[in-house]
Amino acid sequence: MEGMIALYIFMLAAFVGYEVISRVPVILHTPLMSGSNFVHGIVLVGAMVALGNANSTLEQVIGFVGVLLAAGNAVGGYVVTERMLEMFKSSGSGGKKGTH
Amino acid sequence: MQGLITADQAIQFSYWITAILFIMGLKRMSSPVTARSGILWAGAGMVVATVITFLTPGMANFGLIAIAVVLGSVIAAWSGKRVAMTDMPQMIALYNGMGGGAAAAIAAVELYKLSDPAHAGTTHDTAVLALAVIGGLIGAVSFSGSLIAFAKLQGLINKSLRFGGQQILNLLLLAGALALGAMVALGIDQSAGVVTTFFVVALVLGLTMTLPIGGADMPVVISLYNALTGLAVSFEGFVLGNSAMIIAGMVVGAAGTLLTQLMAKAMNRSLGNVLFSGFGDTGGEAQGTVTGSMKPIEATDVGVMMAFAQKVIVVPGYGMAVAQAQHKVWELCQLLIERGVTVKFAIHPVAGRMPGHMNVLLAEAGVPYDIIADLDEINAEFETCDVALIIGANDVVNPVARTDKSSPIYGMPILNADKSKNVIVVKRGKGAGFSGIENALFYLDNTRMLYADGQRAAIDLIGAVKAVG
Repeated sequence: MEGMIALYIFMLAAFVGYEVISRVPVILHTPLMSGSNFVHGIVLVGAMVALGNANSTLEQVIGFVGVLLAAGNAVGGYVVTERMLEMFKSSGSGGKKGTH
Repeated sequence: MQGLITADQAIQFSYWITAILFIMGLKRMSSPVTARSGILWAGAGMVVATVITFLTPGMANFGLIAIAVVLGSVIAAWSGKRVAMTDMPQMIALYNGMGGGAAAAIAAVELYKLSDPAHAGTTHDTAVLALAVIGGLIGAVSFSGSLIAFAKLQGLINKSLRFGGQQILNLLLLAGALALGAMVALGIDQSAGVVTTFFVVALVLGLTMTLPIGGADMPVVISLYNALTGLAVSFEGFVLGNSAMIIAGMVVGAAGTLLTQLMAKAMNRSLGNVLFSGFGDTGGEAQGTVTGSMKPIEATDVGVMMAFAQKVIVVPGYGMAVAQAQHKVWELCQLLIERGVTVKFAIHPVAGRMPGHMNVLLAEAGVPYDIIADLDEINAEFETCDVALIIGANDVVNPVARTDKSSPIYGMPILNADKSKNVIVVKRGKGAGFSGIENALFYLDNTRMLYADGQRAAIDLIGAVKAVG
Protein backbone atom coordinates (compact mmCIF):
# COMPACT_ATOMS: atom_id res chain seq x y z
CA MET A 1 0.00 0.00 0.00
CA GLU A 2 1.14 3.48 -0.87
CA GLY A 3 2.88 5.01 2.18
CA MET A 4 1.17 8.40 2.20
CA ILE A 5 -2.26 6.92 1.58
CA ALA A 6 -1.69 4.58 4.52
CA LEU A 7 -0.76 7.57 6.67
CA TYR A 8 -4.01 9.29 5.72
CA ILE A 9 -5.98 6.14 6.52
CA PHE A 10 -4.23 5.84 9.91
CA MET A 11 -5.10 9.46 10.70
CA LEU A 12 -8.71 9.37 9.52
CA ALA A 13 -9.41 6.08 11.29
CA ALA A 14 -7.97 7.50 14.51
CA PHE A 15 -10.32 10.50 14.30
CA VAL A 16 -13.26 8.22 13.59
CA GLY A 17 -12.43 6.10 16.64
CA TYR A 18 -12.15 9.16 18.82
CA GLU A 19 -15.36 10.78 17.57
CA VAL A 20 -17.48 7.66 17.57
CA ILE A 21 -17.22 7.15 21.31
CA SER A 22 -16.54 10.68 22.52
CA ARG A 23 -20.00 11.08 24.05
CA VAL A 24 -20.43 7.61 25.49
CA PRO A 25 -22.16 7.49 28.90
CA VAL A 26 -20.30 5.87 31.82
CA ILE A 27 -22.81 3.02 31.98
CA LEU A 28 -21.57 1.79 28.61
CA HIS A 29 -17.84 1.98 29.28
CA THR A 30 -17.42 -1.70 30.08
CA PRO A 31 -19.56 -3.04 27.21
CA LEU A 32 -17.91 -0.60 24.83
CA MET A 33 -14.42 -1.65 25.89
CA SER A 34 -15.53 -5.20 25.31
CA GLY A 35 -17.03 -4.25 21.95
CA SER A 36 -13.87 -2.54 20.76
CA ASN A 37 -11.97 -5.57 22.02
CA PHE A 38 -14.13 -7.64 19.69
CA VAL A 39 -13.49 -5.29 16.76
CA HIS A 40 -9.72 -5.76 16.90
CA GLY A 41 -10.49 -9.46 16.58
CA ILE A 42 -10.28 -8.60 12.87
CA VAL A 43 -6.65 -9.61 13.39
CA LEU A 44 -8.11 -13.03 12.56
CA VAL A 45 -8.09 -12.30 8.82
CA GLY A 46 -4.44 -11.28 9.03
CA ALA A 47 -3.52 -14.37 11.00
CA MET A 48 -5.31 -16.51 8.41
CA VAL A 49 -3.31 -14.89 5.60
CA ALA A 50 -0.07 -15.29 7.58
CA LEU A 51 -0.74 -18.99 8.16
CA GLY A 52 -1.90 -19.38 4.57
CA ASN A 53 1.49 -18.11 3.35
CA ALA A 54 3.62 -19.91 5.94
CA ASN A 55 6.20 -22.37 4.56
CA SER A 56 8.56 -23.66 7.22
CA THR A 57 7.28 -25.69 10.15
CA LEU A 58 8.19 -22.85 12.53
CA GLU A 59 6.11 -20.39 10.53
CA GLN A 60 3.23 -22.84 10.41
CA VAL A 61 3.29 -23.41 14.15
CA ILE A 62 3.37 -19.69 14.92
CA GLY A 63 0.73 -19.02 12.29
CA PHE A 64 -1.49 -21.74 13.74
CA VAL A 65 -1.17 -20.29 17.24
CA GLY A 66 -1.90 -16.85 15.78
CA VAL A 67 -5.14 -17.99 14.11
CA LEU A 68 -6.13 -19.86 17.27
CA LEU A 69 -5.61 -16.77 19.46
CA ALA A 70 -7.27 -14.45 16.94
CA ALA A 71 -10.35 -16.66 16.66
CA GLY A 72 -10.51 -16.66 20.46
CA ASN A 73 -10.31 -12.86 20.51
CA ALA A 74 -13.07 -12.47 17.92
CA VAL A 75 -15.51 -15.11 19.17
CA GLY A 76 -14.90 -14.57 22.90
CA GLY A 77 -15.14 -10.80 22.46
CA TYR A 78 -18.43 -11.19 20.62
CA VAL A 79 -19.97 -13.56 23.14
CA VAL A 80 -19.20 -11.49 26.25
CA THR A 81 -20.18 -8.19 24.59
CA GLU A 82 -23.45 -9.65 23.38
CA ARG A 83 -24.20 -11.03 26.86
CA MET A 84 -23.60 -7.68 28.50
CA LEU A 85 -25.58 -5.69 25.96
CA GLU A 86 -28.44 -8.15 26.08
CA MET A 87 -29.34 -6.68 29.46
CA PHE A 88 -29.89 -3.27 27.98
CA LYS A 89 -32.88 -4.62 26.05
CA SER A 90 -35.46 -4.11 28.77
CA SER A 91 -34.07 -0.81 29.96
CA GLY A 92 -36.50 1.14 32.09
CA SER A 93 -39.12 -1.58 32.40
CA GLY A 94 -37.37 -3.21 35.35
CA GLY A 95 -38.10 -6.44 37.11
CA LYS A 96 -36.98 -8.53 34.18
CA LYS A 97 -33.98 -10.72 34.59
CA GLY A 98 -31.51 -11.02 31.74
CA THR A 99 -31.22 -14.52 30.36
CA HIS A 100 -27.96 -16.37 30.52
CA MET B 1 -11.96 -11.44 -18.05
CA GLN B 2 -13.33 -7.96 -18.66
CA GLY B 3 -16.49 -7.24 -16.67
CA LEU B 4 -15.84 -9.90 -14.05
CA ILE B 5 -14.34 -8.87 -10.74
CA THR B 6 -11.24 -10.65 -9.50
CA ALA B 7 -11.01 -12.42 -6.17
CA ASP B 8 -8.75 -9.65 -4.93
CA GLN B 9 -11.30 -6.96 -5.83
CA ALA B 10 -14.06 -8.93 -4.11
CA ILE B 11 -11.90 -9.20 -0.99
CA GLN B 12 -11.04 -5.51 -0.96
CA PHE B 13 -14.69 -4.58 -1.41
CA SER B 14 -15.76 -6.92 1.40
CA TYR B 15 -13.15 -5.42 3.72
CA TRP B 16 -14.54 -2.00 2.90
CA ILE B 17 -18.04 -3.20 3.87
CA THR B 18 -16.57 -4.69 7.06
CA ALA B 19 -14.93 -1.39 8.00
CA ILE B 20 -18.27 0.38 7.58
CA LEU B 21 -20.10 -2.24 9.66
CA PHE B 22 -17.48 -1.98 12.42
CA ILE B 23 -17.67 1.81 12.63
CA MET B 24 -21.48 1.83 12.52
CA GLY B 25 -21.51 -0.94 15.13
CA LEU B 26 -19.24 0.97 17.51
CA LYS B 27 -21.32 4.10 16.97
CA ARG B 28 -24.48 2.22 17.91
CA MET B 29 -22.76 0.65 20.91
CA SER B 30 -22.13 4.08 22.38
CA SER B 31 -25.82 4.72 23.11
CA PRO B 32 -27.91 2.53 25.48
CA VAL B 33 -30.88 2.47 23.10
CA THR B 34 -29.01 1.08 20.11
CA ALA B 35 -26.17 -0.69 21.93
CA ARG B 36 -27.49 -4.18 21.42
CA SER B 37 -27.84 -3.85 17.67
CA GLY B 38 -24.30 -2.42 17.55
CA ILE B 39 -22.61 -5.70 18.38
CA LEU B 40 -24.78 -7.48 15.78
CA TRP B 41 -23.59 -5.04 13.09
CA ALA B 42 -19.97 -5.50 14.09
CA GLY B 43 -20.45 -9.26 14.25
CA ALA B 44 -21.84 -9.29 10.71
CA GLY B 45 -18.75 -7.38 9.58
CA MET B 46 -16.49 -9.96 11.16
CA VAL B 47 -18.28 -12.85 9.46
CA VAL B 48 -18.07 -11.15 6.04
CA ALA B 49 -14.34 -10.50 6.44
CA THR B 50 -13.50 -13.99 7.73
CA VAL B 51 -15.40 -15.85 5.02
CA ILE B 52 -14.05 -13.76 2.14
CA THR B 53 -10.47 -14.18 3.39
CA PHE B 54 -10.57 -17.88 2.46
CA LEU B 55 -10.64 -16.70 -1.19
CA THR B 56 -7.27 -14.92 -0.86
CA PRO B 57 -5.18 -16.00 -3.88
CA GLY B 58 -2.06 -18.08 -3.28
CA MET B 59 -2.94 -19.34 0.18
CA ALA B 60 -2.13 -22.84 1.41
CA ASN B 61 -2.58 -24.68 4.73
CA PHE B 62 -6.38 -24.45 4.50
CA GLY B 63 -6.77 -27.48 6.74
CA LEU B 64 -4.65 -25.92 9.48
CA ILE B 65 -6.50 -22.62 9.16
CA ALA B 66 -9.90 -24.28 9.46
CA ILE B 67 -8.82 -26.35 12.48
CA ALA B 68 -7.37 -23.32 14.27
CA VAL B 69 -10.45 -21.16 13.56
CA VAL B 70 -12.88 -23.82 14.76
CA LEU B 71 -10.80 -24.76 17.80
CA GLY B 72 -10.24 -21.15 18.92
CA SER B 73 -13.89 -20.27 18.33
CA VAL B 74 -15.30 -23.22 20.24
CA ILE B 75 -13.06 -22.71 23.27
CA ALA B 76 -13.75 -18.96 23.37
CA ALA B 77 -17.50 -19.35 22.87
CA TRP B 78 -17.65 -21.96 25.61
CA SER B 79 -15.67 -19.88 28.10
CA GLY B 80 -17.45 -16.65 27.16
CA LYS B 81 -20.89 -18.16 27.69
CA ARG B 82 -20.23 -19.56 31.14
CA VAL B 83 -18.25 -16.71 32.71
CA ALA B 84 -20.11 -14.85 35.47
CA MET B 85 -20.95 -11.18 34.96
CA THR B 86 -18.71 -10.29 37.89
CA ASP B 87 -15.74 -11.84 36.10
CA MET B 88 -16.25 -9.92 32.84
CA PRO B 89 -13.26 -7.59 33.28
CA GLN B 90 -10.71 -10.39 33.40
CA MET B 91 -12.34 -12.20 30.48
CA ILE B 92 -12.05 -9.03 28.41
CA ALA B 93 -8.39 -8.90 29.45
CA LEU B 94 -7.89 -12.51 28.37
CA TYR B 95 -9.53 -12.11 24.95
CA ASN B 96 -7.66 -8.87 24.45
CA GLY B 97 -4.38 -10.58 25.23
CA MET B 98 -5.21 -13.23 22.64
CA GLY B 99 -5.67 -10.50 20.02
CA GLY B 100 -2.31 -8.99 20.97
CA GLY B 101 -0.71 -12.40 20.75
CA ALA B 102 -2.20 -12.93 17.30
CA ALA B 103 -0.80 -9.59 16.10
CA ALA B 104 2.62 -10.58 17.48
CA ALA B 105 2.32 -13.97 15.74
CA ILE B 106 1.68 -12.26 12.39
CA ALA B 107 4.77 -10.14 12.94
CA ALA B 108 6.77 -13.24 13.90
CA VAL B 109 5.77 -15.13 10.74
CA GLU B 110 6.72 -12.14 8.58
CA LEU B 111 10.04 -11.56 10.36
CA TYR B 112 11.09 -15.23 10.37
CA LYS B 113 10.51 -15.25 6.60
CA LEU B 114 13.45 -12.85 6.29
CA SER B 115 15.87 -15.65 7.17
CA ASP B 116 13.89 -18.38 5.40
CA PRO B 117 15.67 -19.55 2.20
CA ALA B 118 12.26 -20.25 0.61
CA HIS B 119 11.62 -16.52 0.59
CA ALA B 120 15.12 -15.48 -0.51
CA GLY B 121 15.04 -12.58 -2.90
CA THR B 122 11.82 -11.02 -1.63
CA THR B 123 12.74 -7.73 -0.04
CA HIS B 124 10.67 -5.52 2.17
CA ASP B 125 10.61 -1.79 2.58
CA THR B 126 12.29 -0.54 5.75
CA ALA B 127 9.01 1.23 6.63
CA VAL B 128 7.07 -2.03 6.33
CA LEU B 129 9.60 -3.89 8.45
CA ALA B 130 9.64 -1.10 11.03
CA LEU B 131 5.85 -1.30 11.39
CA ALA B 132 6.02 -5.09 11.60
CA VAL B 133 8.57 -4.78 14.41
CA ILE B 134 6.65 -2.08 16.31
CA GLY B 135 3.36 -3.94 15.91
CA GLY B 136 5.05 -7.13 17.08
CA LEU B 137 6.52 -5.39 20.12
CA ILE B 138 3.19 -3.80 21.10
CA GLY B 139 1.28 -7.02 20.45
CA ALA B 140 3.68 -9.11 22.54
CA VAL B 141 3.60 -6.62 25.44
CA SER B 142 -0.20 -6.55 25.27
CA PHE B 143 -0.27 -10.36 25.21
CA SER B 144 1.84 -11.07 28.27
CA GLY B 145 0.60 -7.95 30.09
CA SER B 146 -3.05 -8.89 29.58
CA LEU B 147 -2.39 -12.41 30.85
CA ILE B 148 -0.97 -10.90 34.06
CA ALA B 149 -3.99 -8.59 34.34
CA PHE B 150 -6.25 -11.61 33.92
CA ALA B 151 -4.34 -13.59 36.55
CA LYS B 152 -4.50 -10.70 39.02
CA LEU B 153 -8.22 -10.09 38.67
CA GLN B 154 -8.93 -13.82 38.71
CA GLY B 155 -7.04 -13.99 42.01
CA LEU B 156 -4.29 -16.23 40.64
CA ILE B 157 -1.68 -13.61 41.54
CA ASN B 158 -2.35 -11.74 44.76
CA LYS B 159 0.91 -9.99 45.42
CA SER B 160 2.29 -7.14 43.41
CA LEU B 161 5.90 -7.79 42.63
CA ARG B 162 7.90 -4.67 43.29
CA PHE B 163 11.59 -4.04 43.73
CA GLY B 164 14.06 -1.20 43.48
CA GLY B 165 15.10 -0.23 39.98
CA GLN B 166 11.97 -1.64 38.43
CA GLN B 167 11.48 1.38 36.17
CA ILE B 168 15.11 1.17 35.11
CA LEU B 169 14.72 -2.52 34.27
CA ASN B 170 11.62 -1.75 32.20
CA LEU B 171 13.43 1.02 30.37
CA LEU B 172 16.38 -1.29 29.68
CA LEU B 173 14.06 -4.00 28.36
CA LEU B 174 12.28 -1.47 26.15
CA ALA B 175 15.59 -0.14 24.84
CA GLY B 176 16.81 -3.70 24.23
CA ALA B 177 13.66 -4.64 22.33
CA LEU B 178 13.87 -1.47 20.23
CA ALA B 179 17.56 -2.08 19.47
CA LEU B 180 16.92 -5.68 18.41
CA GLY B 181 13.90 -4.55 16.38
CA ALA B 182 15.98 -1.86 14.67
CA MET B 183 18.62 -4.45 13.72
CA VAL B 184 15.92 -6.50 11.99
CA ALA B 185 14.13 -3.56 10.38
CA LEU B 186 17.31 -1.95 9.05
CA GLY B 187 18.62 -5.26 7.73
CA ILE B 188 21.70 -5.31 9.98
CA ASP B 189 20.92 -8.78 11.29
CA GLN B 190 17.72 -10.55 10.33
CA SER B 191 18.63 -14.01 11.58
CA ALA B 192 16.05 -16.15 13.36
CA GLY B 193 18.05 -15.86 16.59
CA VAL B 194 17.72 -12.07 16.70
CA VAL B 195 14.01 -12.24 15.90
CA THR B 196 13.45 -14.81 18.67
CA THR B 197 15.39 -12.72 21.21
CA PHE B 198 13.38 -9.67 20.19
CA PHE B 199 10.07 -11.40 20.96
CA VAL B 200 11.31 -12.90 24.22
CA VAL B 201 12.43 -9.46 25.45
CA ALA B 202 9.07 -7.96 24.39
CA LEU B 203 7.12 -10.65 26.26
CA VAL B 204 9.23 -10.15 29.40
CA LEU B 205 8.63 -6.39 29.18
CA GLY B 206 4.88 -7.03 29.24
CA LEU B 207 5.32 -9.07 32.42
CA THR B 208 7.57 -6.63 34.27
CA MET B 209 5.40 -3.66 33.26
CA THR B 210 2.19 -5.21 34.59
CA LEU B 211 3.32 -7.14 37.67
CA PRO B 212 3.92 -4.06 39.87
CA ILE B 213 0.49 -2.56 39.11
CA GLY B 214 -2.09 -3.16 41.81
CA GLY B 215 -5.44 -4.80 41.31
CA ALA B 216 -7.47 -1.61 41.74
CA ASP B 217 -5.74 -0.04 38.75
CA MET B 218 -6.24 -3.04 36.48
CA PRO B 219 -9.30 -1.65 34.62
CA VAL B 220 -7.21 1.24 33.33
CA VAL B 221 -4.43 -1.17 32.38
CA ILE B 222 -6.80 -3.51 30.55
CA SER B 223 -8.24 -0.56 28.67
CA LEU B 224 -4.73 0.58 27.77
CA TYR B 225 -3.76 -2.86 26.48
CA ASN B 226 -7.01 -2.93 24.51
CA ALA B 227 -5.95 0.28 22.76
CA LEU B 228 -2.42 -1.08 22.25
CA THR B 229 -3.71 -4.29 20.67
CA GLY B 230 -5.75 -2.12 18.30
CA LEU B 231 -2.57 -0.28 17.28
CA ALA B 232 -0.64 -3.53 16.83
CA VAL B 233 -3.42 -4.92 14.64
CA SER B 234 -3.42 -1.74 12.58
CA PHE B 235 0.37 -1.86 12.02
CA GLU B 236 0.33 -5.54 11.08
CA GLY B 237 -2.54 -4.70 8.73
CA PHE B 238 -0.19 -2.30 6.97
CA VAL B 239 2.45 -5.03 6.69
CA LEU B 240 -0.06 -7.40 5.09
CA GLY B 241 -1.71 -4.67 3.00
CA ASN B 242 -5.02 -5.47 4.70
CA SER B 243 -7.28 -2.43 4.81
CA ALA B 244 -9.84 -3.96 7.20
CA MET B 245 -7.13 -4.49 9.81
CA ILE B 246 -5.62 -1.04 9.30
CA ILE B 247 -8.94 0.76 9.77
CA ALA B 248 -10.49 -1.41 12.50
CA GLY B 249 -7.23 -1.55 14.45
CA MET B 250 -6.68 2.20 14.34
CA VAL B 251 -10.32 2.94 15.23
CA VAL B 252 -9.95 0.72 18.30
CA GLY B 253 -6.55 2.24 19.08
CA ALA B 254 -8.05 5.74 19.20
CA ALA B 255 -11.34 4.76 20.87
CA GLY B 256 -9.43 2.67 23.41
CA THR B 257 -7.08 5.54 24.21
CA LEU B 258 -10.05 7.83 24.85
CA LEU B 259 -11.74 5.18 27.02
CA THR B 260 -8.52 4.73 28.99
CA GLN B 261 -8.37 8.47 29.65
CA LEU B 262 -12.03 8.55 30.72
CA MET B 263 -11.48 5.67 33.12
CA ALA B 264 -8.30 7.10 34.59
CA LYS B 265 -10.14 10.40 35.07
CA ALA B 266 -13.06 8.68 36.80
CA MET B 267 -10.56 7.13 39.22
CA ASN B 268 -8.70 10.40 39.62
CA ARG B 269 -5.50 8.78 38.42
CA SER B 270 -3.30 9.83 35.56
CA LEU B 271 -2.09 7.15 33.21
CA GLY B 272 1.50 7.82 34.22
CA ASN B 273 0.53 7.34 37.84
CA VAL B 274 -1.10 4.02 37.10
CA LEU B 275 1.86 2.69 35.17
CA PHE B 276 4.69 3.99 37.29
CA SER B 277 3.60 4.61 40.88
CA GLY B 278 2.42 1.17 41.89
CA PHE B 279 -0.51 2.14 44.13
CA GLY B 280 -3.63 0.09 43.91
CA ASP B 281 -3.11 -2.92 46.07
CA THR B 282 -2.36 -3.85 49.64
CA GLY B 283 -0.39 -0.83 50.68
CA GLY B 284 -0.61 -1.29 54.42
CA GLU B 285 2.20 1.18 54.94
CA ALA B 286 1.67 4.12 57.26
CA GLN B 287 -2.02 4.74 56.81
CA GLY B 288 -3.39 7.77 58.61
CA THR B 289 -4.54 6.84 62.08
CA VAL B 290 -8.27 6.48 62.51
CA THR B 291 -9.85 7.23 65.86
CA GLY B 292 -13.04 5.80 67.32
CA SER B 293 -14.48 2.34 67.07
CA MET B 294 -16.70 0.41 64.73
CA LYS B 295 -20.20 0.01 66.15
CA PRO B 296 -22.09 -3.13 65.17
CA ILE B 297 -25.84 -3.35 64.58
CA GLU B 298 -28.35 -6.17 64.07
CA ALA B 299 -30.32 -6.71 60.87
CA THR B 300 -33.69 -6.36 62.66
CA ASP B 301 -32.80 -2.83 63.81
CA VAL B 302 -31.68 -1.87 60.32
CA GLY B 303 -34.94 -3.27 58.92
CA VAL B 304 -37.01 -1.01 61.19
CA MET B 305 -34.79 1.96 60.40
CA MET B 306 -35.22 1.51 56.65
CA ALA B 307 -38.92 0.65 56.77
CA PHE B 308 -39.71 3.99 58.42
CA ALA B 309 -37.24 6.03 56.41
CA GLN B 310 -38.26 8.53 53.78
CA LYS B 311 -35.28 8.07 51.60
CA VAL B 312 -32.78 5.22 51.34
CA ILE B 313 -29.72 5.35 49.11
CA VAL B 314 -28.00 2.07 48.32
CA VAL B 315 -24.29 2.26 47.54
CA PRO B 316 -23.37 -1.03 45.91
CA GLY B 317 -19.81 -2.19 45.39
CA TYR B 318 -17.99 -5.09 43.91
CA GLY B 319 -18.40 -7.04 47.16
CA MET B 320 -22.17 -7.11 46.59
CA ALA B 321 -21.69 -8.63 43.16
CA VAL B 322 -19.19 -11.20 44.43
CA ALA B 323 -21.74 -12.33 47.02
CA GLN B 324 -24.34 -12.51 44.20
CA ALA B 325 -26.49 -10.28 46.39
CA GLN B 326 -27.81 -7.88 43.73
CA HIS B 327 -31.05 -9.82 43.19
CA LYS B 328 -31.82 -9.92 46.92
CA VAL B 329 -30.86 -6.28 47.36
CA TRP B 330 -33.29 -5.33 44.60
CA GLU B 331 -35.98 -7.48 46.26
CA LEU B 332 -35.35 -5.57 49.50
CA CYS B 333 -35.61 -2.26 47.66
CA GLN B 334 -38.87 -3.29 46.03
CA LEU B 335 -40.31 -4.01 49.51
CA LEU B 336 -39.22 -0.55 50.66
CA ILE B 337 -40.66 1.11 47.54
CA GLU B 338 -43.99 -0.60 48.19
CA ARG B 339 -43.94 0.99 51.65
CA GLY B 340 -43.50 4.39 50.07
CA VAL B 341 -39.79 4.79 50.75
CA THR B 342 -37.81 6.59 48.08
CA VAL B 343 -34.98 4.27 47.04
CA LYS B 344 -32.02 5.16 44.88
CA PHE B 345 -28.83 3.44 43.85
CA ALA B 346 -25.67 5.54 43.89
CA ILE B 347 -23.04 4.34 41.45
CA HIS B 348 -19.46 5.47 41.69
CA PRO B 349 -17.69 5.57 38.33
CA VAL B 350 -15.42 2.73 39.43
CA ALA B 351 -17.99 0.72 41.37
CA GLY B 352 -17.49 -2.83 40.26
CA ARG B 353 -14.16 -3.17 38.61
CA MET B 354 -14.58 -0.91 35.63
CA PRO B 355 -16.64 2.14 34.83
CA GLY B 356 -20.06 0.82 33.92
CA HIS B 357 -19.50 -2.65 35.36
CA MET B 358 -21.91 -2.08 38.28
CA ASN B 359 -24.60 -0.84 35.90
CA VAL B 360 -24.34 -4.10 34.00
CA LEU B 361 -24.65 -6.08 37.23
CA LEU B 362 -27.67 -4.09 38.41
CA ALA B 363 -29.29 -4.35 34.98
CA GLU B 364 -28.84 -8.10 35.28
CA ALA B 365 -30.82 -8.04 38.55
CA GLY B 366 -33.57 -6.00 36.86
CA VAL B 367 -33.04 -2.66 38.61
CA PRO B 368 -34.66 0.05 36.44
CA TYR B 369 -32.48 2.83 35.08
CA ASP B 370 -34.36 5.77 36.54
CA ILE B 371 -33.44 4.96 40.14
CA ILE B 372 -29.75 4.47 39.36
CA ALA B 373 -27.84 7.71 39.78
CA ASP B 374 -24.20 8.50 39.19
CA LEU B 375 -21.89 10.45 41.46
CA ASP B 376 -22.69 13.96 40.23
CA GLU B 377 -26.45 13.42 40.36
CA ILE B 378 -26.63 11.82 43.78
CA ASN B 379 -24.03 13.51 45.95
CA ALA B 380 -26.22 16.44 47.00
CA GLU B 381 -28.99 14.03 47.97
CA PHE B 382 -27.12 12.26 50.76
CA GLU B 383 -27.79 15.18 53.12
CA THR B 384 -31.55 14.56 52.85
CA CYS B 385 -31.18 10.81 53.06
CA ASP B 386 -32.22 8.85 56.15
CA VAL B 387 -30.29 5.66 55.52
CA ALA B 388 -27.30 5.08 53.28
CA LEU B 389 -26.85 1.34 52.83
CA ILE B 390 -23.25 0.61 51.85
CA ILE B 391 -23.05 -2.91 50.57
CA GLY B 392 -19.74 -4.20 49.32
CA ALA B 393 -18.34 -0.73 48.63
CA ASN B 394 -15.38 0.66 50.51
CA ASP B 395 -12.86 3.08 49.00
CA VAL B 396 -15.51 4.94 46.99
CA VAL B 397 -17.19 6.13 50.22
CA ASN B 398 -14.02 6.81 52.21
CA PRO B 399 -14.12 10.44 53.41
CA VAL B 400 -10.33 10.33 53.76
CA ALA B 401 -10.23 11.04 50.04
CA ARG B 402 -11.55 14.54 50.80
CA THR B 403 -9.41 15.37 53.80
CA ASP B 404 -6.20 13.39 54.18
CA LYS B 405 -3.50 14.57 51.81
CA SER B 406 -1.23 11.68 52.76
CA SER B 407 -3.75 9.07 51.65
CA PRO B 408 -3.14 7.38 48.30
CA ILE B 409 -6.78 8.02 47.37
CA TYR B 410 -6.67 11.71 48.29
CA GLY B 411 -8.53 13.73 45.68
CA MET B 412 -10.52 10.84 44.28
CA PRO B 413 -14.15 11.89 43.89
CA ILE B 414 -16.22 9.89 46.39
CA LEU B 415 -19.87 9.36 47.21
CA ASN B 416 -20.74 11.52 50.23
CA ALA B 417 -22.45 8.72 52.12
CA ASP B 418 -21.05 10.07 55.39
CA LYS B 419 -23.40 13.07 55.07
CA SER B 420 -26.57 11.01 55.44
CA LYS B 421 -28.35 10.72 58.79
CA ASN B 422 -27.56 7.03 59.22
CA VAL B 423 -24.95 4.96 57.48
CA ILE B 424 -25.22 1.18 57.47
CA VAL B 425 -22.18 -0.66 56.23
CA VAL B 426 -22.65 -4.28 55.24
CA LYS B 427 -19.31 -5.95 55.52
CA ARG B 428 -18.07 -9.47 55.93
CA GLY B 429 -15.27 -8.74 58.34
CA LYS B 430 -13.17 -5.93 59.68
CA GLY B 431 -10.48 -5.97 57.01
CA ALA B 432 -9.59 -3.10 54.70
CA GLY B 433 -10.86 -2.87 51.11
CA PHE B 434 -9.48 -3.78 47.71
CA SER B 435 -6.90 -1.02 47.99
CA GLY B 436 -5.99 -1.87 51.58
CA ILE B 437 -6.77 1.63 52.86
CA GLU B 438 -8.46 2.04 56.24
CA ASN B 439 -11.93 3.55 55.86
CA ALA B 440 -12.72 6.48 58.17
CA LEU B 441 -16.42 6.20 57.34
CA PHE B 442 -16.68 3.01 59.41
CA TYR B 443 -15.68 4.90 62.57
CA LEU B 444 -18.13 7.82 62.31
CA ASP B 445 -20.78 8.38 64.97
CA ASN B 446 -23.64 7.96 62.51
CA THR B 447 -22.23 4.71 61.10
CA ARG B 448 -23.25 1.21 62.15
CA MET B 449 -21.65 -1.98 60.91
CA LEU B 450 -23.78 -4.93 59.84
CA TYR B 451 -21.33 -7.82 59.77
CA ALA B 452 -22.53 -10.36 57.23
CA ASP B 453 -21.96 -11.68 53.76
CA GLY B 454 -23.85 -9.45 51.28
CA GLN B 455 -26.31 -12.15 50.32
CA ARG B 456 -27.00 -13.13 53.95
CA ALA B 457 -27.43 -9.49 54.98
CA ALA B 458 -29.92 -8.82 52.18
CA ILE B 459 -31.98 -11.89 53.10
CA ASP B 460 -31.98 -10.90 56.79
CA LEU B 461 -32.99 -7.35 55.92
CA ILE B 462 -35.85 -8.57 53.72
CA GLY B 463 -37.07 -10.62 56.68
CA ALA B 464 -36.67 -7.68 59.02
CA VAL B 465 -38.61 -5.29 56.79
CA LYS B 466 -41.37 -7.86 56.29
CA ALA B 467 -41.57 -8.32 60.07
CA VAL B 468 -42.29 -4.62 60.48
CA GLY B 469 -45.53 -5.31 58.59
